[in-house]
Amino acid sequence: MPIFINGREFELKPGETVLEVALRNDIYIPHLCFHPKTGKAGKCRACIVEVEGRRGLLTSCNLVAEEGMKVVTDSKQVKDAQKIIVDLILSSGHHDCLSCEQNGNCELQDAAYYLGIERPSFDLAPAEIETDNSSEFIFVDRSKCISCGRCVEGCTRTVVNEVLNFANRGFETRISFDNELPMGESTCVQCGECVQLCPVGAIIDSRMIGRGRTWELEKVETVCPYCGVGCKLEMHVDRQKNEIIRVTGVEDSPTNEGMLCVKGRYGFDFVSSQDRITTPLIKENGKFRAADWAEVIPYVGKKLKAIKKEFGSDAIAGLTSAKVTNEENFAFQKFMRSEIGTNNVDHCARL
Amino acid sequence: MTNDIAGIKDTDVIMIIGSDTSAAHPVIAARIKQAVREGTAQLIVIDPKKIVMADYAKIYAAQRPGSDVAVLNCLMHIIIKNDLYNKEFVEKRTEAFDKLKAEVMKDKYSPENVEKLSGIPAEKLIEIAEMFGKAETASIFYAMGITQHTTGTDNVKSVANIQMLCGNLGKSGGGVNPLRGQSNVQGACDMGGLPNVYPGYQKVTDEKAQEKFEKAWGKKLSNKVGLTVTEMIDEAYNGKVKALYVMGENPYLSDPDQNHVIEALNKTDFLIVQDMFITETAELADVVLPASAFAEKEGHFTNTERRVQRLNKVIDAPVGAKDDWEIIQLLAQEMGGKWNYKTVSDITAEINLLTPSYGGITWERVGRMGLQWPCPTETHPGTPYLHKGNFARGLGLFSGIEFKEPDELPDEEYPLILTTGRVLQHFHTGTMSRKTEGLNRLAGPMVMISVEDAEKMGIGNSEEIEILTRRGKIKAPAFVTKKISPGVIYIPFHYKESPANRLTNPAIDPVAKIPEYKVCAAKVQKIN
Repeated sequence: MPIFINGREFELKPGETVLEVALRNDIYIPHLCFHPKTGKAGKCRACIVEVEGRRGLLTSCNLVAEEGMKVVTDSKQVKDAQKIIVDLILSSGHHDCLSCEQNGNCELQDAAYYLGIERPSFDLAPAEIETDNSSEFIFVDRSKCISCGRCVEGCTRTVVNEVLNFANRGFETRISFDNELPMGESTCVQCGECVQLCPVGAIIDSRMIGRGRTWELEKVETVCPYCGVGCKLEMHVDRQKNEIIRVTGVEDSPTNEGMLCVKGRYGFDFVSSQDRITTPLIKENGKFRAADWAEVIPYVGKKLKAIKKEFGSDAIAGLTSAKVTNEENFAFQKFMRSEIGTNNVDHCARL
Repeated sequence: MTNDIAGIKDTDVIMIIGSDTSAAHPVIAARIKQAVREGTAQLIVIDPKKIVMADYAKIYAAQRPGSDVAVLNCLMHIIIKNDLYNKEFVEKRTEAFDKLKAEVMKDKYSPENVEKLSGIPAEKLIEIAEMFGKAETASIFYAMGITQHTTGTDNVKSVANIQMLCGNLGKSGGGVNPLRGQSNVQGACDMGGLPNVYPGYQKVTDEKAQEKFEKAWGKKLSNKVGLTVTEMIDEAYNGKVKALYVMGENPYLSDPDQNHVIEALNKTDFLIVQDMFITETAELADVVLPASAFAEKEGHFTNTERRVQRLNKVIDAPVGAKDDWEIIQLLAQEMGGKWNYKTVSDITAEINLLTPSYGGITWERVGRMGLQWPCPTETHPGTPYLHKGNFARGLGLFSGIEFKEPDELPDEEYPLILTTGRVLQHFHTGTMSRKTEGLNRLAGPMVMISVEDAEKMGIGNSEEIEILTRRGKIKAPAFVTKKISPGVIYIPFHYKESPANRLTNPAIDPVAKIPEYKVCAAKVQKIN
């Protein structure tokens, strides 16, 4: 027997929660602390729903779906209650959408929009805005933190770096790096998993600040160029400037499940570096001069042919690369073997 | 890797030996830490440095660098003696068990004797062997700490021995799992970027393979095994290699004995470097060809678990730079070759045709998640782990491996052991990672030295000191720590201002021709 959500029938998978069944079927229920990777949390309470035959409203993120269960997510009673909860969360921090980097990519904003909250109704935000810019690549604004715990879960259970935790209790609850150290002085390795999991603008990539709205950036998947794990990356690109603005891990990749390291998330300045060579160079009298492709290719060809003729094919050797594609490696060894005529081809696999 | 990354959740005991996993392969380290935290696996770490992974280990042991064969033989000695090995696997799936036994059961591999050789206490060796031997499924993860020795091949064979002995091959969660160090080092090997094999490891000395490629490429091909990278440098030094074409590599910083490398590169008549930057190697070149970056092109990388994954074009290359394959094709045409690839996928199709293990990994099929080789046909689903039911050669072959000392041992003049490696924040010779200033601020050059050795010499933390070997001398700030054994120092090799490879020993493994980066004799001294 299926489950009924808002009168519609859905199949359920063993162990699934009501929220998971709903999300899988594109039924939106506001939720802030749940993330598929960090699992049920039951903290924010924004996901409350009505279940026929049960007393009160129940949080759907930790409610295991049962056959025949009748769930309502959009009644006036449910939405009024959700609205108060989300309104209180919105009121407790400095969620200034206009200036926030997460504008357009914020789950609190989505919830507020869905529930028709225009402005926070209560004045609960702390008087001071508390930011931490001590970390090289990650910026923390605690006045935007909603204490959902996703970053803590991710740091503890996903990347298992065990740096993030909660300090204090109740309204004073705050995220803490090691024992309340500035992030940059803690043992944080800046893998950025917390950035990727944060539903609001509390933990963000410091280098994306002011460099483009999320909807202006095009997303393209590719593979990390560093170690051999082969993490799948999503690059967020400013097309006009032809620049990579930020990098996130691909959550459904079997290799990295969304995780990255500090290089794979933040180490891409080399691509747009001013030091890139943009023209072939020929050395003359000990100095490089710029050449064009029409000149350099025959120049190299002539030299290689002359050496091959005078000293034989085995006087030429080539190093292919562990940083270029399979296709380019294939072409390189084919070039050495079929055009030069030698098996003198290797690369830095041993180094 | 014989196995896949996802299989880490299926293992009961994980042994890391010779891999600073959280520094060099952080995301695989996270997977291993997850398994430990969830309680599905117990971890053993054997490394001369007390690496971060040691904090998650049930047992941590520091071996003297270069004593790996003795340690692994000793573990097998105990496992056989205590009857903890997988008899069914040994009987049905392997041969030459006698040879293995004849070697490892020698008295010199008793825990007491190996304690003397390796510095690992006998009780700890017994504890490790019992945990490993009793595991239903155990996996071994290693990196260059196993391979970069004059006994690199012996080390790898010993890892294979213990995994066959315990029946940890051909099933999920087991395996001999070398962690490959560069994004496409697996692919470069698979594609025949090696002096002895065509794509798909088809030997250049095999007549049939030669014939196949001659027919495909319409050219007469050489059946003579070519030079490895270290041999190329030597032959350039000897004047035999006249021209060297270097694509996306930086031997100036990555190869052993830097002074020798520089002389060799200077001796070539013609040095071509194809790169994104004027690397240290490119400075010495006669011609530099500007290449596009990974984010500017399409194609595939093959990761450490043999997964072929698609690169998509993210941004446009700077005007003037070309994709590496386009440059190679232009040169091939200039040399008279009839090359006519219109797109990258034309090359992919040729790979599918000529490389049996990549036969089914077509451009159209790769998909968002990639495919793991062997994948011989277009209906094959790919292979998450190797050797299921059978080894490629039929039965798994044990070898009796005798322990041999490294090429250069400490002596009175050079009393310390120098070992090299990576840090989390940088990659290889820094050509890419060092262009991000934030990464430079996080990690600079250093030499790790034990508190004991530093105190003896009056060296303070962060004090710049000199490190010397028979090859040369560099300076680096001391990182005085309890995380390294007395008598051992460690230097990351990323930094051109403190190039570790000015110091390293170019002695190579006779089979794999890999240099012994992990052990050489060194001394340190204060700067007056």
